Amino acid sequence: MLRFIVRRMVGMVLVLFVVSILVFLIFNVIPNSPPAQRLAGKNATPVLVKSIEEEWGFDDSLPQQYVTMMKKVFTGELISYSPRTSVESRIKEGIPATLSLSIGAGIIWLFFGLVLGYFSAIRAGGALDKFLTGLAIAGISIPVFLIAPVLIYFLTYKLEIFPNAGYVPISEDPWQWLTHLILPWFTVAILSIGFYSRVLRSNMLDVMNEDYVRTARAKGLSERKVMTRHVLRNSLIPIITLFGLDFGATVAGTAIITEVLFNIEGVGFYAAESIEKLELPPIMGVTLYGAFFVVFINALVDIAYAYLDPRVRLGTAAQ
Amino acid sequence: MSEAPLLEVTDLVKHFPIKSGILIDREVDQVRAVDGISFSIPRGQTLGLVGESGSGKSTACRAVLQLIKPTSGSVRFEGQEIAGLSRRQMRPLRRQMQMIFQDPYASLNPRKRVGQIVGDPLKRQKVASGSDLRKRVQELLERVGLASEHYNRFPHEFSGGQRQRIGIARALALQPKLVIADEPVSALDVSIQAQIINLLDDLQDEFGLTYLFVAHDIGVVRHISDRIAVMHNGKIVEHGTADQVCEHPADDYTKQLLAAVPIPDPRESRERRQGAGAAG
Amino acid sequence: MSPAPLLSVKDLRVGFATEGGLLQAVDGVSFELRPGEVLAIVGESGSGKSVTAQTIMGLTRSKNSRIEGSVRLSDQELIEAGDAELRRVRGDRIGMVFQDPMTSFNPVYRLSAQISEAIRTHRGDVSKGEARARAVELFDAVGIPDAERRVDDYPHEFSGGMRQRAMIAMALALDPLVLIADEPTTALDVTIQAQILRLLEDLNRKHDLATILITHDLGVVAEVADRVLVMYAGKVVEEGTLDEIFYDPQHPYTWGLLGSLTRLDRPRPKRLPQISGAPPSLLDLPDGCSFRPRCPHEFGRCTEVPALEARLADAPSHCDRCWLTSEQKREKRQVAGQIGLEAPA
Repeated sequence: MLRFIVRRMVGMVLVLFVVSILVFLIFNVIPNSPPAQRLAGKNATPVLVKSIEEEWGFDDSLPQQYVTMMKKVFTGELISYSPRTSVESRIKEGIPATLSLSIGAGIIWLFFGLVLGYFSAIRAGGALDKFLTGLAIAGISIPVFLIAPVLIYFLTYKLEIFPNAGYVPISEDPWQWLTHLILPWFTVAILSIGFYSRVLRSNMLDVMNEDYVRTARAKGLSERKVMTRHVLRNSLIPIITLFGLDFGATVAGTAIITEVLFNIEGVGFYAAESIEKLELPPIMGVTLYGAFFVVFINALVDIAYAYLDPRVRLGTAAQ
Repeated sequence: MSEAPLLEVTDLVKHFPIKSGILIDREVDQVRAVDGISFSIPRGQTLGLVGESGSGKSTACRAVLQLIKPTSGSVRFEGQEIAGLSRRQMRPLRRQMQMIFQDPYASLNPRKRVGQIVGDPLKRQKVASGSDLRKRVQELLERVGLASEHYNRFPHEFSGGQRQRIGIARALALQPKLVIADEPVSALDVSIQAQIINLLDDLQDEFGLTYLFVAHDIGVVRHISDRIAVMHNGKIVEHGTADQVCEHPADDYTKQLLAAVPIPDPRESRERRQGAGAAG
Repeated sequence: MSPAPLLSVKDLRVGFATEGGLLQAVDGVSFELRPGEVLAIVGESGSGKSVTAQTIMGLTRSKNSRIEGSVRLSDQELIEAGDAELRRVRGDRIGMVFQDPMTSFNPVYRLSAQISEAIRTHRGDVSKGEARARAVELFDAVGIPDAERRVDDYPHEFSGGMRQRAMIAMALALDPLVLIADEPTTALDVTIQAQILRLLEDLNRKHDLATILITHDLGVVAEVADRVLVMYAGKVVEEGTLDEIFYDPQHPYTWGLLGSLTRLDRPRPKRLPQISGAPPSLLDLPDGCSFRPRCPHEFGRCTEVPALEARLADAPSHCDRCWLTSEQKREKRQVAGQIGLEAPA
């Protein structure tokens, strides 16, 4: 286990390093006005611009600039060009909203995906299965930028079931927090519900043909026990991996569109805002935060995987 | 007697390292899958390599064919050293050594038609193309006991025995000199095993093939082999003519192996069990 | 008088609806099994031997299957039984062992948990601790060394032979009356096969267990069986005691099976006697005797289906389905000095 964790940590550091270099290089080749100019404001004197250039090291070589930036990242001194706010504190402010959105959506899609997939599988070929298949395909095919405005238009403006967009912290008013998030949650989750129900269904149909399922029946287990203890249990193993990847990607990416569409000021919202202004420091900060999250969740997934599949745990699968 | 053997294997070793270490791997031990085996097969003859699972017989096959790199030792094919040759250097030799696999289900691409499966090696080595290719493939199919109209069928349309025939046709397409058969009949029904063994026998006579026949069933191996080598824990523990090994085994493991083979004769079987019961 | 049969199967027919029509996998199979008896069902893939065994356990029940006939266990009719009633029989009164011990255990649970699941499904009042203790006892009984420790291993930590022992232990967990072993040694090495066969024989003797052994290998049959049923294309083509089948086989298909064995106890023949061709498709059976297209001794009458009946005056329990007279059979089955099937010209 120690060997596994140490190797994972080394891997994480390497991934984060590569990501930071890539982001840095991409933003240095995109044409843009000089950042010092923007930092100094509209009526800046050349002296002010010059001093800002020196402070940020804009006239240094690229590697030197990278080192300067990374120093600022790790000391928490990273600030955006204009307005000059601390990147770290903006990310910290955004995290509760982003995690509320992602975790809630994750729970919803996992729950509905598994329930729908399970019933689809045990009724495979029947009317219910066909109906759920249609539903899943619809869910997978509708893009977020389409479903969000449609939901907002009908459920918020027309029927007034849900409050207008925005985010209310849970500490302020849990009920408002919940009602404000229901639409965004489903917006993020809908695609994954469809996808997960399909994946679980096909995993279960594969596992149903396994010899050990026949053994379970030969022991006299009830059909429900055969399905849950043997078929479902073994079909969940690949789902865990998938969930880790998707959840990391949601926190680091999918949330951006949804946060912008529902006006939730989370980390994704901040990222979108910074990209619009081509501000390197917050983009670097947000990207590293996202990358860290993805890598971290993946390490958790591997540990969970080892827990769920004893063949991995003991490292003897090859034999 | 003076002619050099087609295949000569000397002190062939294949060890797999076991690695461990928190950050940097160190080799802490080795699995001695093949631990210094030597044998040779004269042209047109069959060597049977018998062993149970884990004996190293399949690793030995792959090391002989250079599908995995041997740790040390020499493999000479027609007098030429092939151990350590690169993939590119091996390519012209590949067509002279072909392999037949155990699982006729897994070793045939399910999306390809039989004609393609058998014809692909001919096409890749630019031996034949177009209508000539088709004709040659159909001849091969007929030769292994299939019909020429099977050309356009898919593997799943065939029974286990027929699939093994397809595998044999594919192996023979390039007129190899050496055929390595790794458990070619152990997945088949007993009645079909006999068909495949007879087919391999006939093909050997017709094309002067040399076989390395690998199996765990010493009864089958004895039937087809001129000589038998018994493998156990990576080593050859006994080596001799087929009848010598089966009738006068010298090694304890060989004796165990022979004693375990069921005798399809109830009276003899009863006697043997009573004998064993009295002795032990 | 022999004891009353424990299991009696009468005119069992199992068909599956497929795209190509009704596939009659088992076509009128009947047999009886007494306590302490080992019955071998022999045949090639597709002969219906496994379907027969699985149908006794009710494992072939599905929307697409048509099951007729009767399977009685003591005085309980299993074909008519409801699913819940049948589940109480499975694993409790009939245990089953499958071909591939590598894939027949669920890889994610410990062996003790899987055996305990089998016990507690039928005996709700047995605690987990008691079930585990029973598992240890069973491991000891089937010869798994260090049972107390190894019972908590995962399946992949066991070798193939040990796994098959564990499988047998699980099948015996509730002292069943009948054990069905479906190709229990086909996936194993010969030395392990010999050990497993010995184990099955011991258990059969010690517990008076009635055993059905399904196999394609007559060599295995000779080692353990009392009676033999030879199946071909869904039908029983010959039935008799072990010695009757081996020393006086009546059906050409049985001759072919016996002849195609490689034998270490005889000088090797130049060619192995073989049965040519392949078993017929069950969707497209020939008229009359199903073995006719592969049989070198076919004659006019073979287009009628022969009944399975005793054709020898001195052996009333030795039945076969072949129109040849017994004199013809005794003459024709001799190939190169032993029993076999001559290849058709």
